Parts: sequence; structure tokens; C-alpha cells
Amino acid sequence: MSSSFAVATSAISTGDRLVEVNDLTVRFVSKDTTIHAVNGVSFTLAAGEVLGILGESGSGKTVTLRALMRLLPEGRTQIGGTVRVAGHDVLGLSPGALSRVRGSTIAMIFQEPMTALDPVYTVGYQIAETVVRHENVSWAEARRRTLDLFEKVQIPSAQRRLDAYPHELSGGLRQRAMIALALSCRPSVLLADEPTTALDATVQIQILLLLRSLQKELGMGVVFVTHDVGVAGEIADKLAIMYAGRFIETGPVTPIMRAPRHPYTEGLLASTVHGAMRGQRLKAIQGSPPNLEILPAACSFAPRCPRVADICLAGVPPEVPTGPDRMARCVRITQN
Amino acid sequence: MSQATPLGAGPGRGEPLLAVSGLRKYFPVKGLSFGGPSLVVKAVDEVNFAVWPGETLGIVGESGCGKSTTARLVMRLIEPDSGQVRFEGRELAGGSNASLRAVRSRMQMVFQDSYSSLNPRLPIEDTIAFGPRVHGTPRAEARERARRLLAAVGLDSARFGRRYPHELSGGQRQRINIARALALNPRLVFLDEAVSALDKSVQAQVLNLLVDLKAEFNLTYVFISHDLNVVQYISDRVLVMYLGKVVETGPVDVIYNAPRHPYTQALLSSRPSMDPERRITVPPLTGDPPNPINPPSGCRFRTRCSFAEEVCARVEPPLLALPCGGHDVACHMMVPNSGHSRAGQAS
Amino acid sequence: MNPAGRPLSDAAATRVLSGAEVPVGRRDGRGYWTTVAVRLSRDPLTLFFGIVLLLIVASAVFAPGLAPTEPDATNVLKRLAPIGTPGYLLGADELGRDMLSRLLYGGRLSLLMGILPVIGALIIGGGLGITAGFIGGRLNMLVMRTMDVFYAFPSVLLAIGLVGAFGSGIVNLLISITVILSPPIARVAESVTTQVRTYDFVEAARASGAPTFAIIRVHVLANVLGPILTFATSLVSVSIIISAGLSFLGFGVQPPIPEWGLMLSTLRKSIWINPYVCALPGLMIFVTSICFNLLSDGLRNAMDVRLG
Repeated sequence: MSSSFAVATSAISTGDRLVEVNDLTVRFVSKDTTIHAVNGVSFTLAAGEVLGILGESGSGKTVTLRALMRLLPEGRTQIGGTVRVAGHDVLGLSPGALSRVRGSTIAMIFQEPMTALDPVYTVGYQIAETVVRHENVSWAEARRRTLDLFEKVQIPSAQRRLDAYPHELSGGLRQRAMIALALSCRPSVLLADEPTTALDATVQIQILLLLRSLQKELGMGVVFVTHDVGVAGEIADKLAIMYAGRFIETGPVTPIMRAPRHPYTEGLLASTVHGAMRGQRLKAIQGSPPNLEILPAACSFAPRCPRVADICLAGVPPEVPTGPDRMARCVRITQN
Repeated sequence: MSQATPLGAGPGRGEPLLAVSGLRKYFPVKGLSFGGPSLVVKAVDEVNFAVWPGETLGIVGESGCGKSTTARLVMRLIEPDSGQVRFEGRELAGGSNASLRAVRSRMQMVFQDSYSSLNPRLPIEDTIAFGPRVHGTPRAEARERARRLLAAVGLDSARFGRRYPHELSGGQRQRINIARALALNPRLVFLDEAVSALDKSVQAQVLNLLVDLKAEFNLTYVFISHDLNVVQYISDRVLVMYLGKVVETGPVDVIYNAPRHPYTQALLSSRPSMDPERRITVPPLTGDPPNPINPPSGCRFRTRCSFAEEVCARVEPPLLALPCGGHDVACHMMVPNSGHSRAGQAS
Repeated sequence: MNPAGRPLSDAAATRVLSGAEVPVGRRDGRGYWTTVAVRLSRDPLTLFFGIVLLLIVASAVFAPGLAPTEPDATNVLKRLAPIGTPGYLLGADELGRDMLSRLLYGGRLSLLMGILPVIGALIIGGGLGITAGFIGGRLNMLVMRTMDVFYAFPSVLLAIGLVGAFGSGIVNLLISITVILSPPIARVAESVTTQVRTYDFVEAARASGAPTFAIIRVHVLANVLGPILTFATSLVSVSIIISAGLSFLGFGVQPPIPEWGLMLSTLRKSIWINPYVCALPGLMIFVTSICFNLLSDGLRNAMDVRLG
């Protein structure tokens, strides 16, 4: 799958491609069934850029993100395509090399920080330990760096909080601690898997603003996965909308949110409730997402699409340019 | 400025369907207080509100504010420490099991987690028919009602009736949850985060369904959610809770367009802008909600409030009706002569 | 591996994934128990041991037809005859009784002593555990702490003590094993019930005004029976071994009745003369226990149907 998207981004960046994904496929194979979770995803990301991957559950967004770090169960996952992150061929690395790349080059933050933080150690110790191991510095130096990080992620009374256990922190502080852990070895790429979904509204916006400022300050490339259009609108520079394991629309965030072209993106935005819709009937997308036990041979959205035609069932729709740096996988766009 | 009635608002609207006053529940905290003073979580503290027939009352607030507990206390799934609940003009006194069972068929609840709220070992038709069965409906009739309700929530009973929950999608399961709640012909339905776990495209389908069912079955809703946009869409009136207290209540347009409590204002401006060109630049609030164990004295919001003054720590602001009617706020700034420097200026 | 490079177990990664992204396979209109049966039928190991167990049970049931001689018929000339002696396919014991016949007959009692106490314990322990788990509060405290008292004694010692108090004999042996197997079943039953009780569907049933008994019958039983049964199956082998041990010590079955444990006990004096023959009852106990244990494992895997 060629990527008009890749060409588009290189114009924004200085030409260096921090992340380069080509025709990524991920299949989960078990005794009973094979699930085609990701079916040909290509994109690039430059330093200092935030890519938002927007999709509903089962769309393959989290799997795509995890494939960038090869953080998928080895035995029953088949990964195809190429993933290059800061010059490393992630899919070809030896386990030892992979674990050096994880943490120091790529880091990840999760929806539930408790999965990343060890409950039996203090958060300060965990971060310092990571710094010591990855960067070969003394414990005193590591602890000083940890304190800096805590201040950087705006944890109040940072000195005291270093000695707190994860369960002693509130949800927002725990998320900040996880961000500090992720940033501890100065990664160039940060992967974020719905890090604000479990948080309350007033805390969510704080974390989003924090991530935005840290990303600018450190010049990181960020891939931010979310199901929430509003959250994506607050943080992403460019958007990729994912459906049934494919990017079905990509481009800069503002034009997509103001004038989506793919019928699924349109439906998604129309069914995202906001105040102005009071009293009106919501324009819901009918039906439910496809079963990915069968690799979709045509447009996966066709069964739910209001604009479906015979041509939609002919094959997987190609990328149709829809504007500067934009594309949508919908054959009906050219016909309109 | 008058003391708000326990009913909250709305003269000239007749008798409320549900009137709650002085509702309180403190949960003891185990294990933390060995020998020391016993700790309690003030989950719901002196909550008053009323729901009129045919309306939708939205309850919003962050996690731990007591909104779900409030619903469970009214349904008596949790025993309240104190408080009166009047439903259909009758007092629900503690104790009597028979009256409780009768009331429970008139007041139902839809839960958030569509997975854990359906029995995985029971075909969905039987799940829906269970309520009518325990109230003495004959088997055939209960099953017939289950089929009609499946049709009402948009599922083909011939195709789905004998299926098990794990064979359905999240949206379909939530429709079953709704059908189960309606099986006993309730007048009042508590929707506890009923659409929060659903994908956006499915959420819209279920919201449309809820609007349809409300008209078809002549229902009254109490819609509990942390999602401010959804609450704005579906509610007629809104109740805002913070750490077990009602801080503001009023008609949805008033609350969303002219919120008076600093917490409501912050909560509303924390919503993502939906416009990448006009992003939020300063967080409306800093820090997390405080621990509901030992909440702050006086006004519980004062630790995060940018207008907090000495009086806020000393005196708990009462929930008072604003002159415009139907709009109650618990904030010293709204009360003339309360001792707050901005008292009465805004109104 | 998590962001910092600390290992995130494979299982954890799988769990995160299966929760978030991998869609469930949809099996159309197939009930839970049918699904379990289909999954069992696809598990060759469990199937194999199930068949072995079936053969052992069948041979015990049909012992009178299968045994070449009476189990008590002695022949002084053939004392401790080796395996393969004509007319004594598996040799003979210290009194010259045919081992094959005695093993076949012995299986009847041994299996019974494996299964009956477990059924008894399932009813007593399961009932107590489910009730305690569902009602909770003080009742739970009372029942479970009482059960804990039993844990204070090693189970074999407790069984010896109980048989000693009741007097030896098969019935008393069965009762005492039932007593010592009830607390572990109660504990498992209580913990799964406590978990099921927190699910919203039980809350929803309460909200519909259903009486407690109807909620337990319709909503709790079906959800806790699977794990309890699996656990109970694994206890059958424990029960066989304890009863064999008690017979071995002379508390249970009395000679000359054939029973594997007792046979092992009486033959132990002859172990230096004909070790192969002497080991046979032990082998039977071992194989039967293994079969029950592996069956229990297979059952647990088959029942672990993801119901997302």
C-alpha cells in the first residue's frame, strides 16, 4: 500500500522520518479462529508531530500502537510489513535489542496506569531504577533526575510523592507518575493508549494540556490513540480514522473535523453528541462493526454506509486524495 | 432568596413523581482506623431533589461524587442512613418488604456495564422474563412480554431470543438491559451511565432508542452520567453533584448557558472544544477531586475553587433558590450578606 | 515490556488486548454447556484420560463378570506368584489370591470411597459456601471462620481422629472424609459466590423485587456450579488417597475385603519378595488419581469460555 500520507508529512517535518510504518498487518491466530486486527496500515511520523488515531473498539487502533513496540503476544500474533522507529527495524530486532529500544527510544503510556506501575515499589524507586539501568548513572543522580521529572509533570509536593506507592496516588497523579516513568529515558517517540479515558473531565483536560506542553518542549513524536473525537481535537496535529483494521481517512486535524469526507468519519462526528443537537434526532450509524474473523475483501464500511453502491463491493477502496495532505478510502468520493 | 424546598424547584407543576429529601449514606472505611477514630466516606450527604412525571433529570459529576450511590439509595439497593423518599405520593418507609417489592417494579435501573449486568448463563429472553416471573406472571405470558420488549428495543426476538449475552455486541446487550428494565412496566427508570461504555456510533443509536421508548411507554428518566454532552442532549433538568453534595440544579439550558456555581462552570469548560483552532489553553481546575474520606470543611469545593475565602471553610453553603426560579445553587457568592466579598454581586 | 523496559507479562499483554480490541467470536445460538462439551471433545488429552477412567469404572462395576476367580479364593501353592503365572495373569498375593480379581473388586470400594465423600462434601460444603457467600455479613463470618477451624489440623490427622472417635468401619470412614473435604469446597464456593454477587445482574434481579431464593436459583447457581464442580473433581483423587491411607493404617476397610489401600498395606511386607505384584494396587490408585486430576484440569479449561 503506497502512502500519500507519508509524502504529505515529510513536507511538514525536516524530512527525517522518526516513525515509518509500511503495510503493517497484524493477525491473531488461535486454534478456533484467526482475527484480522490490522490490515495494511502505512504512515510516517516526524519529530515534534502528534498523530491521533481515532477509532472505535475493535478497529485495531490499540493493536497498531502496540505493534510499533512489538508489544503483542509473540506466540499467537502474526505481524507483517515493516516498522522503523528512529532507524531501528522494530519487527526484526533481537529480544535484547528490542528491550533496549523500548523505554529509551519508544515509550508508552496506558489507559490504566496500574498496569505500568508496580504496586510493591514506590513510584520514585521505579523511575530511578529505570534511569539507572538504561543510562548507567548513580542512584543519587537517578533520584535527582526523578525529582526533576516529577516537577516537569507538575506533581505537587514532588519530593514527598517520590516515596508514595501507586495506590496512594489519586487517578490524575498516577497518570502523571506514569508519564514521568515513560519520559525517564528521554524517548523520541511516545505512544499513548487512551491515557485520559479513565479520568474525570476536569483531570482529563489537565493531562491533555500537560502532554501537549511536554511534547512541544521535548520535541517528541507522539502517536495518540483515542475513541473520543473531542480529545483528538485537543491534542493531534494530524488524524487517522481507523475502521476494521485500516486507516480510512487521514489528514490534518482541522479540515477533517470541520469537513470529513469519508462517510464513516461523517457518521462518527454526527453521532458524537453535543449541546446544539438538543431535541434533534441523532444521526446514528446503523448496525455494528464487522466481524474481523474474515479479512474484508471490499470496503468494510459498506454494510453500514448510507451512500453504498455496487462499486463499493468491488474491492478494497484505494486512497483517494481529498485535499492538501488528505486522503480517504472511499470510491464514492471521486464519483460525487 | 428563599430556602429551597426539598423538592428543588418548579412551582405549578403538580405533585412530583419522586421526592427525595435529606438522603444520607456514610460508608465506614475498614482497615484504616485500627484503634484510631473510625473513618467514613460521606458518599451521599443530605441530598434533596425531585423528579416530575415525564421529565428527564440528568445527574452529573465526577467519579466519587455520589451520583450512582444516590440512585442505589433511592432504589434501596443500598440501605440509606437517613432521608425520606416519596414515590407516587407515598412515603417509602424502611423495613416492609412487601411494599418494597411492589415499588421496585415501578422503579427500575439500567446499569453501565452491559457485560456484568446480564447473566451469562441465561438466554436473554429468560433474563427479560425473570422480573415478571417473580412477580407472578405465568411463564407463557412473561415470555410473550419479553418478545414484545425485544421488538420494542429493536431486536428480532426470533433471531435473538434464545441467544446468550456473549453472542451479542455491546450495543445489543445494552438494549437487552433496557428491555429488562421495562419488563415490569416501570414509571421511573434510573439510567446509570447507561450509554457511557458504548462506542460513539452505537451510543447514538441507544440514545435515540431511549428517547423513543420514553414517549412510547410514558416514562420518566433519571439519567446519571459523567458525560456532560450526553446529559445536555437528553435532560430537561440537571443536578450537579460534588463529593456527595448537590452544588447546583436547574433547567438544562440555564445550567449549561449560565452556570452559577464555580464548580459547574469549571466542569463545563473542561469539555474538549471540538475545534482544533480554538483549543483549551489553561485547565479550568487544577488537581484531582479530594478524597471523599474527610472532605474539606465548609464548602467541599473550596480547596479547588479560585474564589474561596475564609467563610467558605467555616460555613457550609446551603442550596438556595435563585430569584429566577427553578435554579438552586449552593455557593456563598450567591447569598447576600454571607460574609463572602463577592456575595450577592452576581445576582 | 512496559514503557520503561520492565517486563509486562505476556499474559498481561494478552489480557489487555483481549479486553480492548480483539472481537469475540460469535457462536450462534449455542448454549454454554454445549460449548463446553464441544471444547472438551476437541481436547485429546482430557478425552484420553476420560476414557481410561471410564474403563477403570466399568471394570469395577462389572467385576463379578470380568474376574477370573472369586477375590477371596486362596491357593497356598501360588502365594506371591509372579505376574504372568498361568491362571494368575497379574500374579497372586501373600495368601495366593488372584491379584486381577482382587484389583477389579477392590476398585469398587476404592472408587466409591473416592466419589461418595466428594458428593457429600459438595452438598454440605457447597451449600454452606454459597449461602455464606450470597448472604455475606455476619453469617459469612460465622460459617467461614468455623470452616477455618478445620484448617488448623492436617487433614489426614483429622480424618484419623474422626475415625478414631466414630470407630473404624466403612461408613464412618466415608463420614469422616466428607467432613474433611467440606471446608475446602465451602471456601471455593464462598469465594466464587462472593464474586458473582457483585455483578450487576444480581443487583438487577434484586431491583426487580425477586426473593433471595429465586435469585440464588436462577442467577447464582448456574454461575458458580462450574468452578465448584471442577474443584470437586480434583478432590476425588484426594479422597481416594486418604481413604487408601486410612485403610492402610487399619482404620477403614477390614480384611479380607479387597480394597486398593488395604491391599497395598498387607502386601507391603512382601515388597522384597515380589515387588511388581506388590506395587499393583499402588499403581491403580496412582492412575485413577491422575485421571481425575487431569479430567478436572480439562474441565476447567473447557469451562473457561470467554463470555465477553
